[in-house]
Amino acid sequence: MVHLLSLARACSRFLSIFLIILAASFSAQARAQDSEPVRIGFMDPLSGPFASIGTSGLTVLQFAADYLFNSRGGILGGRMIEIVPLDNMQSPTETQIQFRRAVGEGLRIIFQGNSSAVANALNTAVTRHNRRNPGQEILQLNYSAVDPILTEENCSFWHFRFDAHAVMKLNVLTDFIARNEDIQRMYIIGQDYSFGHVVAETSERLLREKRPDIEIVGNEFHPIGQVKDFTPYVTKIVASNADAVITGNFGADMVSLARSIIDSGLDIPIYTFYAAYDGITATLGADGKNRIRLVHNDSANPIPTEKRKQFYRDFKAAHPGRDVTQPRLAMALSMLVQAMEETGGTDPYELALALEDMRFTTLSGEEVWMRGSDHQIFQDLHVSVMTDEGIEFDADNSGFGLYTEHFVPAEQTVMETSCEMRRPRR
Amino acid sequence: MPEVLVFATLNGLVTGLLLFMLASGLTVIFSMMGVLNFAHASFYMLGAYFAYSISLYFGYWTGLILAPLIVGVLGALVERYGLRRVHQHGHVAELVFTFGLAFLIEEAVQFFWGQDTKNYQTPDLLDFPLFTLFGQEFSAYRGFMLTISIGIFIGLYQVLTRSRVGLIIQAAISHPHMVANLGHNVPLIFTAVFGVGTALAGLAGVIAGPVLTTFPGMALVLGSIVFVIVVIGGLGSLPGALIASLLIGLLQSYAIAANVGMPELLELLGLEFPRSHPLDDLWTLNLAQIAPVLPFLLLVLVLIFRPTGLMGKREQ
Repeated sequence: MVHLLSLARACSRFLSIFLIILAASFSAQARAQDSEPVRIGFMDPLSGPFASIGTSGLTVLQFAADYLFNSRGGILGGRMIEIVPLDNMQSPTETQIQFRRAVGEGLRIIFQGNSSAVANALNTAVTRHNRRNPGQEILQLNYSAVDPILTEENCSFWHFRFDAHAVMKLNVLTDFIARNEDIQRMYIIGQDYSFGHVVAETSERLLREKRPDIEIVGNEFHPIGQVKDFTPYVTKIVASNADAVITGNFGADMVSLARSIIDSGLDIPIYTFYAAYDGITATLGADGKNRIRLVHNDSANPIPTEKRKQFYRDFKAAHPGRDVTQPRLAMALSMLVQAMEETGGTDPYELALALEDMRFTTLSGEEVWMRGSDHQIFQDLHVSVMTDEGIEFDADNSGFGLYTEHFVPAEQTVMETSCEMRRPRR
Repeated sequence: MPEVLVFATLNGLVTGLLLFMLASGLTVIFSMMGVLNFAHASFYMLGAYFAYSISLYFGYWTGLILAPLIVGVLGALVERYGLRRVHQHGHVAELVFTFGLAFLIEEAVQFFWGQDTKNYQTPDLLDFPLFTLFGQEFSAYRGFMLTISIGIFIGLYQVLTRSRVGLIIQAAISHPHMVANLGHNVPLIFTAVFGVGTALAGLAGVIAGPVLTTFPGMALVLGSIVFVIVVIGGLGSLPGALIASLLIGLLQSYAIAANVGMPELLELLGLEFPRSHPLDDLWTLNLAQIAPVLPFLLLVLVLIFRPTGLMGKREQ
């Protein structure tokens, strides 16, 4: 009986392998056909504690693909864009598994944004894979992970970043802070991982250069996603007599921190990277008015062009409960499509070459530049305040949104890079 | 420094007593059924979400009363139609059941309420500073949290030790067959205790939701720490759970407030390491940075030196 069973099992295993090979050869044939959709992977947390950020990114990317290209007859002479979600739960381990899956499914382009730790893991996996599998390369399009290391020490030919990195953003933010003479004592608090450390070290360094009179009265790290209640931290902020706070926190860590600061009656400005959308504005809006500021790209209010306003309106009509949280996803996709049209195909090596030093005009009418030497994008940066005045496009349907207070044109955000890129030969 | 100490103590008490509301239910359920309910923190999350939805239509106070009741009924149903059936297959099956339930509840919450943070606010009635000390406000809502938690502890303790119901429950915990032979409906007692335990978790969620933010990861953040408390306090011991909750609340709060760490320790020892040292991360570590990990360290120590927990009686 046991023998029979194992025999049956072996048979079925052979059969399944045979079927897989058969299917693979069929799909390889099918891939040659022009009507096959262009499949693009989107790897971000779609479940777990950080799911809201990943899901809203996926919604924006899917909408952009349908709205900008699929509804207008597709790309490359009629091929549709298909976005394939890959849930990495924001864990580097799960990222490796999902990367294998992406390779297995024949995806050649992967969008990924959340968490620099994950982006670094993916960068390593992609670089290794591409070295070992010439002709089967994968392209990593990073739309949000801002640890500078990705375009400096660890820069890769296969990685492109469509967001300003943390040092560029902090440069703008500290310029803005330096102009405020009222600020004398700064408190820095952040999550204890690579990006949090970059924010802490860079803000301290830049503030010391720009405003030596500002005293850094605290520089604190807390474990990421582990803190239940930020009140003890806020007690320290109060005790330090700080008159402003800088934080790189995101998600629940951002909400809880701001909530605790507000609840303690501390009336000081909070400078952040990610304190908006995905329920954050709804929760903090009224209390955070004129206190919470963000440094980001793509002005949320006012929006300069009718084209982008229409994009927002149509997005809102399709997804009433959601917002265009990361407009740069639409930009990254459009640049990718432009590269595809230029090269007439979807080969990652050719696409990478086409993306290098590409200049592109976004929906907002800005001209952006993808630097060839390190694959870092340069675009206008904004410091916005959370308010309900002058808001045409709010966040979380709360009436509150971001209004640009300070703006730096792209050419002034350019920074040197230490990247020594290893370029593959063909 | 005194202001930091005062507020660290207050914060520690608020967190500690909130944790106790979760741990009390968990520990009583454990001593009764001999099984850890992994889904306990999920009921806490459900409490917050139910209260949020109710508060949208009927205001905060209705939510405060209704949400724990709904969660309690839900908990009782889970015990009656889920756990009791699984019980025949042994503890492992029960454990796996509650583990699966935790995932199920988290997914259900995301399905019905979405993944965004919910705008669940404190009621206007309590939206004022209770007192201001050294320039920092202590909100009335936190005072309210403190009062509710203390009230729950006193009430629970009185019921369990003084009332007839409490005596039967205690008897059912240690000698279920004897109690059944005396004519009491032991399964009903189990269902009721499970219901009350989950209702307490729900209540904790209702009052914690506005300050600790209501989002789908809230069960995960609190879940592990509640188990730590139950184990440190001694499985099944209510006073143990209280002591452990306060201990952990205060420990974390003080650790965050303390401005000491490895640099100070090294200075004391007269040692110095360059920034380029391979263990630089270790030499610059401070207490605040590892505060949320301290309970787990305490757990390991307790398990080594006092495996029954601080007040635990069960030897297995």
